[in-house]
Amino acid sequence: MFYRECGVLKETYRQDMAIFPIPLDRWGLGVMLVLAFLVIPFTASDYWLSSIMLPFYCFSLAALGLNFLTGYAGQVSIGHAAFMAVGAYSSLILYGRYGVPLPLSILGGGIFASAAGTIFGIPSLRIKGFYLAVSTLAAQFIIEWVLTHWQWVSGGVFGTVDAPDMYIFGWLIDTPVKKYYLVLCVLILLTVFGKNLVRGQLGRNWTAIRDMDVAAEIIGVSLFRNKLIAFAVSSFYAGVAGSLITFTYYLAANIEEFNLFLSFHLLGMIIIGGMGTVLGSFFGAGFMTLLPIFINQTLLTIMERVPSDIRANSEAIVFGGLIVFFLIVEPYGMARLWQTIKEKMRLWPFPY
Amino acid sequence: MNKKREPLLRVEDISITFGRLKALNGVSLEVYPGEVMAIIGPNGAGKTTMLNVINGVYTPDEGRIFFEGMERPLKMKPHHVAAMGISRTFQNLALFRGMTTLGNILVGRSQKMHSNFFSQGIYWGMSEKEEVEHREAVEWIIDFLEIENIRKQPAGMLPYGLQKRVELGRALAAEPKLLLLDEPMAGMNLEEKEDIARFVLDANEELNYTIALIEHDMGVVMDICDRIVVLDFGNKIAEGTPEEIKANPKVIQAYLGTAGG
Repeated sequence: MFYRECGVLKETYRQDMAIFPIPLDRWGLGVMLVLAFLVIPFTASDYWLSSIMLPFYCFSLAALGLNFLTGYAGQVSIGHAAFMAVGAYSSLILYGRYGVPLPLSILGGGIFASAAGTIFGIPSLRIKGFYLAVSTLAAQFIIEWVLTHWQWVSGGVFGTVDAPDMYIFGWLIDTPVKKYYLVLCVLILLTVFGKNLVRGQLGRNWTAIRDMDVAAEIIGVSLFRNKLIAFAVSSFYAGVAGSLITFTYYLAANIEEFNLFLSFHLLGMIIIGGMGTVLGSFFGAGFMTLLPIFINQTLLTIMERVPSDIRANSEAIVFGGLIVFFLIVEPYGMARLWQTIKEKMRLWPFPY
Repeated sequence: MNKKREPLLRVEDISITFGRLKALNGVSLEVYPGEVMAIIGPNGAGKTTMLNVINGVYTPDEGRIFFEGMERPLKMKPHHVAAMGISRTFQNLALFRGMTTLGNILVGRSQKMHSNFFSQGIYWGMSEKEEVEHREAVEWIIDFLEIENIRKQPAGMLPYGLQKRVELGRALAAEPKLLLLDEPMAGMNLEEKEDIARFVLDANEELNYTIALIEHDMGVVMDICDRIVVLDFGNKIAEGTPEEIKANPKVIQAYLGTAGG
């Protein structure tokens, strides 16, 4: 009833191939952008902006990157936190030690992460599935080890590099609102770029490799090229996300933040959000970062008297339970759930 | 007649062993431009192995392969073979199940799309123009195969017969010089077989594709093919027009066996 495709007559292939062929989708996106750009920064408290929205956006970006690799191209990686770390460290070093301008440093962080990702992606040409997962696990350990033990990286103190104040062309980015805008702009830029990639030839090649790699190669898709591009793009996104989250939220690059647990966390985000969808990355990141806070607040109000350790544990139980619940209800993730809701809305409230 | 022309594809004395099994034993065959050629033979005769050798999936132990008069190295990446102009469908469905019909057929054109990484990411401009161009070509194929109504359905959800048709579309999308079809009619009912036979003939006669196919349905093979090669246990036992093959005692023996064993 409210959401429908009929009446939208497409006369050219160009119209049919637009990102959002349906006007209501375009409106929805517009509303979301207005919310993100104009409402949230002026209504949310500094705590909300800097401790909730910033990590949410950064993890969305990282999840999006992992989704390219795992959701679209079908190559499992459990070393993505390490690629975020590479991005974080290299951008901090570029900016703090060598005085490279901030935007270029963030870009540089992405490029270094991308290089690391490509190198660790080479085994994907010969192995797949669980075996590839184990080889990316090696990436996680190797990178962690190098970053903590290579003196040059940190100057020797436990592998930690402090983030200096951020200046973009002499303009100091210090308040949560300014940081929020910086992260949001990068996120939107990279999301649009990534969406274009996956709906174009590259995305089709990736999906082809995921679904049937032998056939893809015989049809003329180079596995070597496309798999490595997937690793490169994916870890570029991870690197930029790592660098942004370090500059704006952690304020110091510390390898502890980018451990194996985060790699699994990212994988969880795309599985819950929806593999092989751009929107799913955002849903998943939202689920994994916002929901624990929400549960925490709710428990705080209903279990006021209960000791805090029990409360913390029940938070974990509720969170874990919800993950299982979601996966049983919709194994293809929240993006599919959203799709189903849209289908329902097409007929609602007169399903027959 | 055909023999005087230069063959489009010529494989010479191809041998390949898997472990102790000699899958192909010095097989030679030619495909001439503009013809529909069939490779037939009992199960395990080495028909699909032959296609895999031509595609570069397997590297033969010995032999030579010529395409358009040029010899190609025996060891070659399948996508490079595809770039030479050889396209292929598969015996067991090999569609990209998560993609729509459109997407599947568009992948078939990946050799023809050249916009670089950054213009794809920016999309507006060059890349969009290219996408629309190829979309038009793909729509033409969809029209040719009469699958307009399923263009936006995920390929994995389609019924078997239509999946086979989409696969044919994916191979046609590459506009190959040589089209290899591995059992395009396997598991189909009579009506579906007739549809595919018609598409194969149309592709050959109207679009001038050269086609080599593997098929078990003798009726169809005899009707639509110009020339037939018969394989049995990795050896070529006969070659000729459908009439010659029907009368060939070796072929009859291979298919029916003889009293003496």
